[in-house]
Amino acid sequence: MTTVAELVDVHRYYKMELPNPDDWVRALDGVSLTFTKGEYAAIVGQSGSGKSTMLNLLGCLDRPTSGQYLLDGRDVSQFDDDALSWERNQRLGFVFQAYNLIPHLTVLENIEVPMEYAGTPANEARDRSHMLAERMGLGARMGHRPAELSGGQQQRVAIARALANEPRVLLADEPTGNLDSATGQEILALMDVLNDEGATLIVVTHDANVAARAHRVIHMLDGRIEKIEENGR
Amino acid sequence: MIPRVVALAWKSIMLHRLRSFLTVLGIIVGVVAVIAMLAIGEGASEAAQEQIRRMGSRNLLLASVQPPQSDSAASENRRVLEYGLKHDDFQRIVDTVPEITRIVARRDIPVDARVGTRKYTTVVMGTSADYADVANLRMRHGRFLTAADAGSRRTVCVLGAKIAERFFRSQSPVGQRIRLARHYFDVVGVLAPRGEGTGGTGGTGGESDDAVFVPLQTMKERWGDIVRVVQSGSRSYTKVQLHRITVEAANLDAVRRIARSLSRMLDRWHPYDVKLTVPLDLLEEAKRTKRRYNLILGFIAGFSLLVGGIGIMNIMLATVVERTREIGIRRALGAKRSHIIRQFLAETVLLSVSGGLIGLALGVLAPMAISHFAGMPTVVTPFSLILAFGISAGVGVVFGLYPAAQAADLDPVVALRRE
Repeated sequence: MTTVAELVDVHRYYKMELPNPDDWVRALDGVSLTFTKGEYAAIVGQSGSGKSTMLNLLGCLDRPTSGQYLLDGRDVSQFDDDALSWERNQRLGFVFQAYNLIPHLTVLENIEVPMEYAGTPANEARDRSHMLAERMGLGARMGHRPAELSGGQQQRVAIARALANEPRVLLADEPTGNLDSATGQEILALMDVLNDEGATLIVVTHDANVAARAHRVIHMLDGRIEKIEENGR
Repeated sequence: MIPRVVALAWKSIMLHRLRSFLTVLGIIVGVVAVIAMLAIGEGASEAAQEQIRRMGSRNLLLASVQPPQSDSAASENRRVLEYGLKHDDFQRIVDTVPEITRIVARRDIPVDARVGTRKYTTVVMGTSADYADVANLRMRHGRFLTAADAGSRRTVCVLGAKIAERFFRSQSPVGQRIRLARHYFDVVGVLAPRGEGTGGTGGTGGESDDAVFVPLQTMKERWGDIVRVVQSGSRSYTKVQLHRITVEAANLDAVRRIARSLSRMLDRWHPYDVKLTVPLDLLEEAKRTKRRYNLILGFIAGFSLLVGGIGIMNIMLATVVERTREIGIRRALGAKRSHIIRQFLAETVLLSVSGGLIGLALGVLAPMAISHFAGMPTVVTPFSLILAFGISAGVGVVFGLYPAAQAADLDPVVALRRE
């Protein structure tokens, strides 16, 4: 099994805000984890347990205070801002709770944003965004703006956008958090399909229903791994 | 990549049309101000320079001026006021000053001209054949005075355009007869009009439109040396042999040398009653003034562009705050800092450049309106267009950089959390 992403004794400390600016918050306090290609992992825990910090690190949006993050075997923990941007663009796909589509762009244009930063030629990007929109069942909505779509449709656009540059890992942060349960189930089913097709999924969630679909559930507590459950699906 | 950035910038500008327009208004006003100010400055100096150029840049003008009367009682006793250039001065210049190609003298007498019952108050100018060339006069009909006219003291005259128009509207003036004071003259030619720029005191400019030219020798024979001047009730007598001597230098370099010799001569013979005018000096002075003037006007107008730029920066800073989340999303999707900078900079530059273009269009129209309604001459130079447009684009870059840098320096994690 190929290792896609690996955290090695990762610490992430933040300076406290006022009134105690000299105190440090230990958001992650010595975490080591390995994600293999094609796996479906869920990270669960209460708020403040460090799961969001972990997602930010895995997503190259943040750098660890100490420790290593190996993405595709390369230590990206000391990469500079431009290099991290490139990693995010090429190797990672994000799905957010609030969809995070750009409101004044159409469905197709939203899907094309990552390809724009990858330098994909415009016509190629247009073809691929068409294809992805079709695949997500958005064929009739390509020219619409996010405000004209339902929550489920918006999240499909977000997933299509996350897949635009064929990432190594898909990171999802409470992907069903803003959806009703039926629509949430649809999205989860879609994610199952993607996983079956070989995508590596890492999902941060509170929701036991979401976690139940993962192969592995990583429980976080106070910046450390409390336990790891294998779901043997 | 570049057209995509521009298209995106255009899209977000058009998202807030009114706001974008108001933002750009500052730049439009600034650009119009720069172009209009420079056009007015250019127009004013162009008119002045044209007037000077008509005097001829190789010419030097000596004009008799009535000296300030030292004592009013004394001047009343002396019934004939005598001053100014003499025929001796003319001869002295011819004999002693080198590098002169032509020299002409002129004597002016105010008279009433009559044709039939119509009367017109004018000035008779006694001069010689060369005057037309030196003063750059062109003929419309007939010919100018000749040496033969002077030699045989002929009573012939050449009319200025305006006076010819006045007396001989339908028929050709050449061959007609005109009465100047008590003497009859035959019209042999009519000058082409000189147009605007009349009343050039030092020059041989538009005053010719209103004048009648006769041979100098004929004038002396008919009018004598002493002229009676009636002025607001009081009458006096003046004796002025020549009102003006115009000297044409062989070349531009010689102008200064001749000017020095002439002013030495004046210091000795005519310290108070003759004025030397060097159009070349005036021209250069006019150009210097224009440069100073342009600098000041440009500076003032530049300030309004600066204010426009601050307006743009203000809006862009607000836009960055407004679009923090979008910036966070774009960063998460792989935008580098430079991408974000480019995006926001493209927007400001596009704003200021569109403002510049609108300003350019209005800036070409504004001076026309000024000329039309205020009667001021204006000249829009290509330089002023390039300058105004260049500054407006530059303003976009300069005032766009800071907001763009602010946008790029946002922490993506923080930016994504912002509502």
